[in-house]
Amino acid sequence: MSDIPFSDHTGGVDLRSNYFELFGIPVGYDVERSAIQPRYLELQRVVHPDRFAGLGERGQRLAIQYAAFVNEAFDTLCSPLKRALYLLEVSGHPVDVERNTVMDAAFLMEQMSLREELSEVRDSADPEAAVESVRENAEAMMDALKDEFVRLWQEGETGYEQAADCARKMHFAEKLLDEAEQLEEEILDS
Amino acid sequence: MLLQISEPGQSPDPHQRKLAVGIDLGTTNSLVATVRSGTAETLPNISGEHLLPSVVHYGSDCTITGVDARRLAAEDPLNTIISVKRFMGRGINDIHALDDVLPYNFTRTDQGMPFIQTVQGEKSPVQVSAEILKTLRRRAEDSLGGDLLGAVITVPAYFDDAQRQATKDAARLAGLKVLRLLNEPTAAAVAYGLDQGGEGTIAVYDLGGGTFDISILRLHKGVFEVLATGGDTALGGDDFDNAVAGWILQEAGLKMADLCPRGQRKVLDAACAAKIALSDNETTTVAFRSWQGEFTREQFNSLIDPLIDQTLKSVKKSLRDAKLKAVDIDNVVMVGGSTRVLRVRERVAELIGKQPLTSIDPDRVVAIGAALQADVLVGNKSSDDLLLLDVIPLSLGLETMGGLMEKVIHRNTTIPVARAQEFTTFKDGQTAMAIHVLQGEREVIDANRSLARFVLNGIPPMPAGMARIRVTFQVDADGLLSVSARELSSGVEATIEIKPSYGLSEGQIADMLQDSYAFAQEDKDARRLLEARVEAERIFEALESALKKDGDTLLSSEEYEHLTNEARRLAQATKSNDNAFITQVTEDVAKASEVFASRRMNAGIHKALSGHTVQDLADEVSGTQNDGPEE
Repeated sequence: MSDIPFSDHTGGVDLRSNYFELFGIPVGYDVERSAIQPRYLELQRVVHPDRFAGLGERGQRLAIQYAAFVNEAFDTLCSPLKRALYLLEVSGHPVDVERNTVMDAAFLMEQMSLREELSEVRDSADPEAAVESVRENAEAMMDALKDEFVRLWQEGETGYEQAADCARKMHFAEKLLDEAEQLEEEILDS
Repeated sequence: MLLQISEPGQSPDPHQRKLAVGIDLGTTNSLVATVRSGTAETLPNISGEHLLPSVVHYGSDCTITGVDARRLAAEDPLNTIISVKRFMGRGINDIHALDDVLPYNFTRTDQGMPFIQTVQGEKSPVQVSAEILKTLRRRAEDSLGGDLLGAVITVPAYFDDAQRQATKDAARLAGLKVLRLLNEPTAAAVAYGLDQGGEGTIAVYDLGGGTFDISILRLHKGVFEVLATGGDTALGGDDFDNAVAGWILQEAGLKMADLCPRGQRKVLDAACAAKIALSDNETTTVAFRSWQGEFTREQFNSLIDPLIDQTLKSVKKSLRDAKLKAVDIDNVVMVGGSTRVLRVRERVAELIGKQPLTSIDPDRVVAIGAALQADVLVGNKSSDDLLLLDVIPLSLGLETMGGLMEKVIHRNTTIPVARAQEFTTFKDGQTAMAIHVLQGEREVIDANRSLARFVLNGIPPMPAGMARIRVTFQVDADGLLSVSARELSSGVEATIEIKPSYGLSEGQIADMLQDSYAFAQEDKDARRLLEARVEAERIFEALESALKKDGDTLLSSEEYEHLTNEARRLAQATKSNDNAFITQVTEDVAKASEVFASRRMNAGIHKALSGHTVQDLADEVSGTQNDGPEE
């Protein structure tokens, strides 16, 4: 192949912009899905592989990377947990939710009692109602954590450590929520 | 100096129009459609028939497809393959699990799809499907008067990776370039959405011969965003026939197992005829052998209600996934021949609380939607008018400790998507890690489909838990998965394109390609040369158009000259008769223009961002749509 006089040999996705910049919104926890949806669609119009069907396999591979990046950004900004973790990461306080798991006792108690409730769903008289109740409780827990996160985040530097703890709790709450939803589905499908 | 090109968005003059089709490869019937003079239409055969029965008959000296093959089904059931779509990407155990009567002799293979024994030898379901696609390709080429640039082929939204891959392989065997695999309900939504300019939330209820799909989409200014999809790849009108056949046999005091394959075919045909008759009449007379009796719509309804219940369960589940209620649905679209059954329409209307839309022929609507997308993908029509954002139907994940599946990408995630998960070693000095890729929703791995297994070797010995193995899943716009794994501290990498456990190997496909060329007496060199030229021209045109649009702003004069020369070199190469040479130059040029392509995407993103508020952007998005076809 002949020499390429290009300076930026690497090509690839321009990762200089973080997700907030990509969507043209201020860095913060307050993100509404409906507010960023128009921009999401506009970005997909620019990068979706269907726009590059004529570019052959290489062009497709490139477009897939871009479109996947935009999808990931949108998904992260719309998810309460992922958004919290991402916010901490871009602010220089990354959290490893898997490894650091010291929780306060009150939160652990609440988790345990909900998990116990979940494990007893199938034996209850009305499993559908029982699982719905666990799911609603897990949702309420998540909502409370979101409020707490916003409050801690607004404190700035002094709140980061506690905000990180709060994100870890969200991780637990989300897992519980997933399990409740899965069980609810199994009950409704059976 | 260079070939003529047309600006995107302008419609090229007729003889420059690129030939592309949409193909609905159905369980019972298949169709091919294209866009001519701005209208999408299905293409008939010489006798004026649009539907091609998805039936292939292997005779001792010929292969027949369609109506003629269908006629031979009762005569020669072993060599006449019906509803082969149900076997695509399936193992022998899945096929035995189908609640169905199958007269075929299957050859058990160690792994993968079973072959069907015929007088022409063993045939993979992929080869059988390829025969149907070949017939449609010829029909399209004869009727359009030229070679096809490519095809959009539809698949049930609920098809898993193995089933999608099998469909793509069949297209390859049929000599078709797949522009995109498109989900059937999404195709139907495109046909309705662009036709009626509908905005809002659409539910597409697609009950075909052998598969059921439900998709919930939001249509907004030319963008079709799939919110959730669900279904059952082993439920369809064939099951209605089986239920009716069961009733006939019970009344006649017979058992399916006691019948010869011919008799089985005949009772199923009688059942199907009774089903169709009840669409217009309250009652019909059914005869089988010496038995004759009356069959009422009420009896029919009670036989099929349990099957319809199953579909409605999927509808409810998809609504939950989309976080919507039945009242949020603005329109229900009916797709697939089985939605002609009145009971199906009644029950769906009852659940959603709206009369379903049936104005486009439910048999043709999918092919029409596919043709509309094909037209955009080959550049006949500007892609500003249509964008499809689809989802994966089933979660993808990995086996973890204790035989459990850990999900990496959840179902209903918008594609394309790339996601990584990190794992570690659990033994000191462990140098290899087995990676087992799964698809499905259940926690226990055995309840899910196994897609592939591979091993990451060469991990440097470290204490347990120190290695950091990142497994990356990428799903492309066809819904096909590729997986790679890398040990982060050493950079050891293992990548596989997922070839599902039930798929065909590259070697098998190469052999089949050889066979199919030999059997059809096609000149494979001529075909290859043509394919190389078509690809070269695609790349050339894309580069030319990009240079014209953004060359002066995104390239230095040196870079511009370099790429212009490359384009010229490619234009020259297409005149050669050496397909290997053309392919080589095409690859060189594609590689040389990659950085340019990347800069264009970045520039596009930045342009979409620069100085806009979200509201500006919303206005702009709607502004660009004013000349869209749906207005």
